[in-house]
Amino acid sequence: MKPTEILFYVLTAITLLSASFVVTARNPIHSVLALILTFFTLSGHYILLNAQFLAAVNIIVYAGAIMVLFLFVIMFLNLKKEDEESKTTITKLAAVVVGGVILVVMVAVFRVSTMATYNPATYSEKVGLVENLGMVLYKDYLLPFELASVLLLVAMVGAVMLGKRESGDRHY
Amino acid sequence: MNLTELIIKAILILVVFGVTLLIAMYSTWAERKVAGFIQDRFGPNRAGPGGIFQPLADAGKMFFKEDFIPSQANKWLFILGPCLAILTALMSSAVIPFGESIRYEDLLVPVQGIEINIGILYIFGVVSLGVYGLMVGGWASNNKFSLLGAIRAASQNISYEIAFGLSIIAILMMTGSLSLRAMVEAQHGIAWNVFNQPLGFIIFLTCAFAECNRTPFDLPECETELVGGYHTEYSSMKLGFYLFAEYINMFVSSAVIATLYFGGYNYPGMDWVRETLTGSLGAATGHNLATLVGTIVLFGKIFFFIFFFMWVRWTLPRFRYDQLMNLGWKSFIPLSVLNVVVTGFGLLFDIKYASWAIVVVMVVLAMVSSARAPKEVVQPQRS
Repeated sequence: MKPTEILFYVLTAITLLSASFVVTARNPIHSVLALILTFFTLSGHYILLNAQFLAAVNIIVYAGAIMVLFLFVIMFLNLKKEDEESKTTITKLAAVVVGGVILVVMVAVFRVSTMATYNPATYSEKVGLVENLGMVLYKDYLLPFELASVLLLVAMVGAVMLGKRESGDRHY
Repeated sequence: MNLTELIIKAILILVVFGVTLLIAMYSTWAERKVAGFIQDRFGPNRAGPGGIFQPLADAGKMFFKEDFIPSQANKWLFILGPCLAILTALMSSAVIPFGESIRYEDLLVPVQGIEINIGILYIFGVVSLGVYGLMVGGWASNNKFSLLGAIRAASQNISYEIAFGLSIIAILMMTGSLSLRAMVEAQHGIAWNVFNQPLGFIIFLTCAFAECNRTPFDLPECETELVGGYHTEYSSMKLGFYLFAEYINMFVSSAVIATLYFGGYNYPGMDWVRETLTGSLGAATGHNLATLVGTIVLFGKIFFFIFFFMWVRWTLPRFRYDQLMNLGWKSFIPLSVLNVVVTGFGLLFDIKYASWAIVVVMVVLAMVSSARAPKEVVQPQRS
């Protein structure tokens, strides 16, 4: 086996293990920490695919910002063991049904779709680097990119509006 | 990559690692000396001449103290906290270019851990991970004060990261690259970024203070409100790791500030030095010596900024928490967005010093508002 193959298998094993720990962990904090580890291994996969920019952005945005907020909220809520028991049978049943449906959808998609292949002769190894990514984003996919940024801006303005204190509100 | 290059690279990485630890160690001593100087006292002066062995004595003390884990604490996360803090602190020095290149026969090895074309993003990623050490440790202590400190650390880091990132975008626009080495090479000689980006520099410097949890932004460990903040429950070397991580972060932020805004290893007259040295000592030796001079210059800049961190710490009082948040969200983020826009205009119309316009306007506004403010009437004190 080549070194990159060994790396890939080790990374994949850690990814799957930590991802399943996210679901099975009793303590929500452990769950969040395992999710952070999962994001890290995903970034490792990006680096193996020579997409350094995507790897760095994945770590900055997901592991660095979003998961800090998750941890933040969970620390404030301070979930206890008692909350675990409060889940009724019907909630558990609904969760199982939804999960099963998603599994069916994924299996169906994988059965029809074909894996994209690449041509080693025309493939440039610099395709995932930031310069090429910028060229593609700002030339070929300018409209979707701008639309996505407008969407994010609208979401941000909405969040500010929701979080804004009205004049008559209580001052916490 | 052949074996010689690999060996040179390995030695370089080990040297950078060792130098980082050494500087962090002696920063603790320097901090107490600076504090002593500013408060008109001696500072540590018992262990060795001028207290030079004080860090060793402190480390010995830390190791021999009782390593106490609270019974209600989450044991593994309690241990993980300081480990994460020091790990992320040590990771970030990998991409900083500490010098030009070492010449060995025909081989040119850059004095840098790794050269990646997204160097500055790597630093951002690692800096944004630094907060996990504090959060995990603070939560795992199972102490209200620790938890409050951890939450303060997290919200402060997230808030200031935005302005931190936006202030750099102006530099990225001017350099056109995310690689730290390319940024340093663009500042050849005395064409340092601080002359084009004064506002970006001020914002970056302040955000670096906030990211390192240094005074005036050290609210996560504010002892008047939170006992000891996130490390209230820690003792022995675990506490040592937290304190040490802070000093390593200080060193790395000083290095990043020097690299981004003060030209890294560039100094005026570097071409002349290089030519003279290579002319008189031969290509390889002269080249290596010129690189060494550049590295020493860079370390001079880094030491100045470490001193600056200490100077501010022993001069300014701590902010209140709402002042901290207002400064971050209401002043720095709009200002850095404005800086990006003005720099963009400057690049479009080829005006290099466009960013100074904001500084001039701000100074004029501040002077006008202070002149228009109603004068405080001095009340004579009644006895």
